[in-house]
Order: sequence, then structure tokens, then C-alpha cells
Amino acid sequence: MIDALPELINANAGLVRRGRWASFTMLLGIGETSWLVTIDQGRIIDCRPEDLCVSTCDFAILGTEDAWQKFWQAMPPPMHHDLHALIRAGKMRLEGDIDLLLGNMLYVKILLEQLRGRI
Amino acid sequence: MAQIEPITGRYLRLEIHGRPHRLYFEEAGQGIPLLCLHTAGSDGRQYRALLNDANITANFRVIAFDMPWHGKSSPPEGFQDEEYQLTTDRYVEMILAVSDALELDQPVPIGCSIGGRVVLELAKRRPDRFRCVIGLQSSAFVQRYFPLDGLHKPNVHGGEFCAAYCWGLVGPGAPVEHRWETLWHYMQGGPGVFKGDLHFYSLDGDVSEGLREIDTAACPVFMLTGEYDHSCTPQASRDTAVMIEGAELTIMDGLGHFPMSEDPERFRDYLLPVLDKVRAL
Repeated sequence: MIDALPELINANAGLVRRGRWASFTMLLGIGETSWLVTIDQGRIIDCRPEDLCVSTCDFAILGTEDAWQKFWQAMPPPMHHDLHALIRAGKMRLEGDIDLLLGNMLYVKILLEQLRGRI
Repeated sequence: MAQIEPITGRYLRLEIHGRPHRLYFEEAGQGIPLLCLHTAGSDGRQYRALLNDANITANFRVIAFDMPWHGKSSPPEGFQDEEYQLTTDRYVEMILAVSDALELDQPVPIGCSIGGRVVLELAKRRPDRFRCVIGLQSSAFVQRYFPLDGLHKPNVHGGEFCAAYCWGLVGPGAPVEHRWETLWHYMQGGPGVFKGDLHFYSLDGDVSEGLREIDTAACPVFMLTGEYDHSCTPQASRDTAVMIEGAELTIMDGLGHFPMSEDPERFRDYLLPVLDKVRAL
């Protein structure tokens, strides 16, 4: 599940190095549920379900439950293997400080793919 | 052990759009000229596997040039005061100029993405000039589905974001080394160049009009499209192929938007049968 992210990411020295300028809180919207993932210099320092009505985050990546399930398959099907593919398919959208996300997009994409085959 | 690849790289001086240009190109092999057109924002290194493939270079003179502004080709003098934007007319003119300058006789343009698009326009406008065309990730038009601004703005690193955008255009099963080689080319692109190419891809370069006029008896059209391409999707290629009577389209399992670069071995299995047909023409 999502709560496996901190251990997976923080043990990945190459990814932490790639994210050494990445410090932000992102909200992952998975259908009706949300997770807040806080990153400091490439390391995840907090990862928890968002159970309050008011969220504070820098940007949000919002997808349908089906979109994320397929995205996290070990070998995802076409149009479900990438954030931009899912955006095109109408199953994902981005909100918040988009420039901050764009500047860290490669790190974020690789981070999210670390859950592939684990959910 | 050290090894020198059988590729020769040279610079070509020529006029394009009435302006002097200095273009870098690589070639290997002898036979039918196979003129390789790289994707938007990248360069001719995408065709490194074809240039090194003895089975191909035995029968084809494989030529890959970097478009102006790309790779080791310079932008024209005065570029610092211009915004680079590729258009259909300029793209066609450039390919014809390079073909003329290298004195290519009935070459076979093989292009990917924007290159896969423009080969359709070549078949439409100048079927007399080409033995046939090969379109990779080829479609008549792709509607823009993501803002292009992030590709060139001061607070977002262009190289990092161009690679990030292309990350998911590579098929998820691509070998890691080739995935990153492909992305590295994007990381090295000049500021705004990828965006300038996409002006053709998603704004100016709709080649739908007149596609039905393509005479595949005069200039056969071969199309190969990777199933994981979310930009030029298999459906986009199918929709295009049905408009060109006689066009041959194959959907390639497991491949994404950069088949010749992201997974050369897998791509080879699809390309060689096409090249056999090209030789038989």
C-alpha cells in the first residue's frame, strides 16, 4: 500500500539523489481516498492518509481508483503506464503548484512507479 | 576491448530556407539511401542501432542527420533573436534540401513522431522523389493534451522536464540502458527546441487534408506504431492508415514512442520485414 512508500524511496539512494532539490507535500488522490506525502530533499518524511476535510499540499495528483490500480500493475496496460498517459485518457488530473511539479516531474514519476507490482 | 563503430560523422554546409546552415549527419552502409528523421527535441543518435546493424547496412546506406537547432547541428546565424518553430513547409523543404545536398537517388525517408508525420506529407507532395516512406509513430495529427509551456520557462529546468515528459512515452518494458539513453538526448536539447518542434506536431502540422490523394503505387507507405505510445496512439495510426489506400500498418507490441531508440532489439523484428519489402520494390 501507499504507506510502504517511505521505506521504498528512502532506501533508494539513486532516487534520493535525483530528488535532492525536491521538498514539498503532494496529495495523491486515489478515487475517494487521499494520501499526503511530504518530501524533504528527496526523502519521504511523512506519508499518511488525509482524513480531514481541509488539505494543505503544494500540488495534487488526482486519479480514479481504477487508474491507479492499473498504473501500479507490474506491467501496466497502454494508456495506464504514465501520468501523462492517464491525463490524456481523462483518468487523472493535476492541481496546485504545477510549475513545482513540472520541475520535479521525473523524480515524482519514478517515485510513484516504485509501487509497481506491490499493490 | 575498445571498438570503433562503423559510423562516419560529418558536417554538411547547405542552404535551407535561403539561409546557410551547418548540419551534422552520420552514415553507415551502402545501397538504398535510408534517410532517418529523429523525433521532436532529440537528434540522430536515436538511430544508432540501425547505423550499427550489419544486416541493414549491407543493403542500405543509413543516414541520420540532426535537424538545425538539434544535436550537433547549429541553428542558423541570428538565431538568438528568433523563436524556433517548425512548420510543415519548412520541414518538407529541409528534408528535400538535405536529400539534394547529399545527392540521394530515390531515398527512403524513415521518420519517427514528427518524422513519421512528415513522411506522409512527402509521399503526398513528392512521390516522384522517394522510393517509398516509412512512418514510425505516424499519424496525421495529434491534438495537444498538455500545456507546452513547461517545456520552456525559466523556473522549470527544460532538460529535466523534457525527459520527464518522455519518460512515459517509452514503453514500460524497455531495457533500462536504452530508456535512459533516449531520455539523455532529450536532456541535452536546446532551450525551447522541443517546444518549437511540437509547434509542427500539435499546431501547424495537420496533414489530414489530401491524405487520400497519396498514391501508394507511386510511393508505398509503411507504418509501424508502438502500442504504448500515448501521444501517437495505435488508434491514431489506424485512423490515418485507413485514409491512405494501400498503406501497411503494423502495431508493435511492448514498444512506445521511440521504438528505434528505446528498444532496438524488439524494434528490429518489426523493421527487417519492412526493409525486405523496400528492397523488393
